[in-house]
Amino acid sequence: MATFFGEVVVAPSRAGVDDEESAEEAREETPEDREIRRELEKKREVDILWSFKSGASAESSAEEPLVCSEFIVAIGHNAAAFLSSFILDSVCWEVVGVVKLWNEWCRTSNTTNVLPTDSFCLFYRLISDPTVLLCQCSCYVAEDQQFQWLEKVFGRMQKEGLKVTILSSCPVADYKTQESTLTLPSPFLKALKTKEFKEQVCCPLLEQPNIVRDLPAA
Amino acid sequence: MFAPCERGEGSVSCGFEGFTLLMPAVSVGNVGQLAIDLVISTLNMTKVGYFYTDCLVPMVGNNPYATAEENSMELSINAEVYSLPSKKLVVLQIRSPFIKNKYRPFCQTLLSWVKSSKCARVILLSSSHAYQRDDEQLLGTPLRYLVTPDLEKAVGGLMQELNWKEMEKVAAYPGINNTEKVLHIPGGGITKLLFTESCSKGIQMAVLLKFCSEGDNIPDAFALVNYLNEWLQLIKGEVSAVPYTSSQWKIPSSWRLLFGNGLPPALF
Repeated sequence: MATFFGEVVVAPSRAGVDDEESAEEAREETPEDREIRRELEKKREVDILWSFKSGASAESSAEEPLVCSEFIVAIGHNAAAFLSSFILDSVCWEVVGVVKLWNEWCRTSNTTNVLPTDSFCLFYRLISDPTVLLCQCSCYVAEDQQFQWLEKVFGRMQKEGLKVTILSSCPVADYKTQESTLTLPSPFLKALKTKEFKEQVCCPLLEQPNIVRDLPAA
Repeated sequence: MFAPCERGEGSVSCGFEGFTLLMPAVSVGNVGQLAIDLVISTLNMTKVGYFYTDCLVPMVGNNPYATAEENSMELSINAEVYSLPSKKLVVLQIRSPFIKNKYRPFCQTLLSWVKSSKCARVILLSSSHAYQRDDEQLLGTPLRYLVTPDLEKAVGGLMQELNWKEMEKVAAYPGINNTEKVLHIPGGGITKLLFTESCSKGIQMAVLLKFCSEGDNIPDAFALVNYLNEWLQLIKGEVSAVPYTSSQWKIPSSWRLLFGNGLPPALF
């Protein structure tokens, strides 16, 4: 494609599969390529380390499903900060799990003693009602890790009678509306719910053509 | 990978035996996906399930084909399946790009699902970069088709009757050796992979594509869906020499604000 200045550039395509990428794949994958790809996949694996007071630090053992009635997930700095400011405290809540992952944007670790500015993903349980779980995820979970995160977290839970609430935030500039976002009173809340959710929602539903993406969507 | 929707009373059988599967390739201008939106919206198709897959970027929103307050609250995700048993049509809509290195596993899983659900044939709507056309392709219609050998046997000379143009092959080594020709669909996403895999697996597949560029691709979507209609006759066309008017296809409500919000009055 030629620009106004006469230079020829490769137009970015919404096809999602670059020609270079597909040409690369067409070449035979050498054992070295395979090894590199495997190492990279291993490095990008999402590990969840659970530690319940019952004694067993259930990293990969004890595949008993967690009985959970209420699961609140806060994704992103704003949502995580909301939970820290208004809900979490060291008296009523105990840490029961931590996610360890690495990607180009952030790295989390096993430590549960985190600062608000760190990237972390922690699970808490309400001491007075151990079926209430909370997750604070302030690290960025990359596209290829979102499904893994989802399967590893929800794979551990008993799904009957489970109510999941996901808290997240998006820039107002991304909100699509007939008027300009400049005059919109912000911040404001919008919700999405599954048809199984029968309770009253505390705010209006998200109108089309707005969508949610990344980990909250997964 | 395919997860059927739970049906309440009067459960519709989720069998797709003998059905035509219509699906888009995520390609330049998203033309295939826009055309599929028009088909689903116009024919008022019912959602029968979705694909639970780790190959596509996750997204979720409310019903993109909502026509009123009552039906606007159904959640919609990145890969959903709709059906219209009266026309033996099943449609897959893909709403987000592929995650890096995942498009091959997706194609493999998709084609095995096509075989296991016994779909009669697959029609893939796609597009290709207009700027990569050669001199001959610059003239005449920008619409092209491809059929696998198995579908060629089944539909016979239909494409010739419709006066359709087959997608030309290009030289594998242009300038050096012009005799060896290969299929090249730049900007077509998974089109070429799905087509070549279908050829080798004996699946009846047709590819309908349009040459276009990124920009306002709504007219391209209309052109592609009208092209499809010449074959499948999904809606009645007007009998006239002029191509079908756009007004017969219903634009979904989610196409609002494709080019941004309203402007702040203070700008002027």
